[in-house]
Amino acid sequence: MRLWLGLALLGLLAAGVVAAPLVQLRFDQDPFLPDLLSRFAPPSYTHPLGTDDLGRDILLRLLHGGRVSLSVGLAVALGAGGLGTAIGLLAAWAGGWVDAVLMRVADGLLALPSLPLLVVLAAVDTGRIGLPRGEALSDILRIATILVGFGWVPVARLARAAALAQFGRDYIAAARIAGASEARLLVRHVLPNIAAPIAVACALSVAGAILAESTLSFLGLGIQPPTPSWGNMLSGAQEMVFNAPLAAIWPGLAILLAVTACTLVADGVRHRLR
Amino acid sequence: MLRLLIGRLLQIAVTLLLVSALTWLVMGAMPGDPVDLAMMSDPHLTPEDAMRMRALHGADQPLLQRYLAWATAVLQGDFGHSRLFAVPAAQVLWPALGSTLVLLGWSLALSALLGLLLGALGATQPRAAPAVDALAILAQSTPTFWLGILLIILFAVELGWLPAGGTAEASGLGDAARYLLLPVTTLAIVNLAAYARHSMAALQAELGADYIRTARMKGLPESVILWRHAFPNAAIPVVTLFALDAGSLVSGALVTETIFARPGMGKLIYDAIMGNDYNLALLALLLAALVTMLATLAADIAQRLLDPRIAT
Repeated sequence: MRLWLGLALLGLLAAGVVAAPLVQLRFDQDPFLPDLLSRFAPPSYTHPLGTDDLGRDILLRLLHGGRVSLSVGLAVALGAGGLGTAIGLLAAWAGGWVDAVLMRVADGLLALPSLPLLVVLAAVDTGRIGLPRGEALSDILRIATILVGFGWVPVARLARAAALAQFGRDYIAAARIAGASEARLLVRHVLPNIAAPIAVACALSVAGAILAESTLSFLGLGIQPPTPSWGNMLSGAQEMVFNAPLAAIWPGLAILLAVTACTLVADGVRHRLR
Repeated sequence: MLRLLIGRLLQIAVTLLLVSALTWLVMGAMPGDPVDLAMMSDPHLTPEDAMRMRALHGADQPLLQRYLAWATAVLQGDFGHSRLFAVPAAQVLWPALGSTLVLLGWSLALSALLGLLLGALGATQPRAAPAVDALAILAQSTPTFWLGILLIILFAVELGWLPAGGTAEASGLGDAARYLLLPVTTLAIVNLAAYARHSMAALQAELGADYIRTARMKGLPESVILWRHAFPNAAIPVVTLFALDAGSLVSGALVTETIFARPGMGKLIYDAIMGNDYNLALLALLLAALVTMLATLAADIAQRLLDPRIAT
């Protein structure tokens, strides 16, 4: 029930985001071009959700912003899922001091207040360390990389715990006796058996990443305008609350829906596993 | 217990050292150091002046050497000057910490209390459980900054009951409470979700246990069974949650303080980073990390005191 509701919501959002160019064609507008004559226009036939402080269509910007926000979420899930699984497996397999060091690092990262550190990391001038700056794609990659730096921790802890439980099973011993190499053992035997809890952790990390990206963008450190993201659409909203309170509602609602959908999917999968 | 304490304090010290070194490195890569800013604001300065300024402040030294000099000074109690506020950094730091602790304390108390009540409701009334669950998922998925803006729109703009931000100028208690109400509510609602979900799950598990059946058989009233028998046992995971969650509380404070313009640690860190106030940013960051880790440690110890089964 939860799972299907979550998947349906996600599907809806994904469809909207994919269809963004079509919607743009239908309304014949450019969501990046300011139109100062129609600032804060109320919802109408040409602007279903009205316009923002620069006269750009809010619905189109929401759809385009969704592309950014969802791709950050997906990128973080892939990165954190991959890195976390690798680290968790390594810790469980190697044991001893490798395990101890990796888990202490994870503990340390978990105990730190993440947002202040994210703010520091996001404020780095990528131009100074030889990376391109200011383009939409490099912004997405920059934010995703930073979020993966914190996001691998829960995945790694889960993967380690699940893998440790598997290593005690007889089939592992049987595979070893049959002469399977350690790499084959990990990839072909342990990994498929711990995939489900890892999937739950990844779904949760998508939710966390969308929230974190929107927070950073809201603070002006994430995705830079004119590229819209759900977070940076709200960064001007505080000054607009007197002119156009409705403009502050939609982007937040989109974030809420996306994060709820991911949480529902994670919850649903977890219930199925029980 | 003593061994645990010493081990954890050592871990905290090492973490702080690593964080300070890492932040030092990262800040070197942030745009605009103070000399750059001085150059930009005064057209009469020549590149030679910039060189001289850099040499005067030791900014031409290698990164490692500068870090060591800074760390030595801090360990000797010299926290340096704040560029943004033009006073010693410690002088801005302590009032900000106080402001944040007030905000965190109230919102933590509120979210724990409401969360526990919602959890108890869901655990005792099975029909209410899905509603509590749904509410918790929604609250957890709400971006803090958006919730803050919504509350401002509703209570400050539309209804005009409460101030949209800032702090009270007079030191009256009622006035301070008016300014605290919206930020505390924002932070409490976001954090409430986890407490409600965890206490509901824990209470549900406890209420099915054998000792509860025994208590019912003795004829104890339901309220005594719930609060005197089941609740103390269900409280342990809630304390654990606090231990795991102290960091996210501080993170939430950064957003809340920025939106409501409260001069706390979170806003201080944000302003200091945006204003290239390296001394202040580093110190505030380290202090926030230290407070978070100490809170985590305190919750860990409380958990061990509550539950003797956890080996010390």
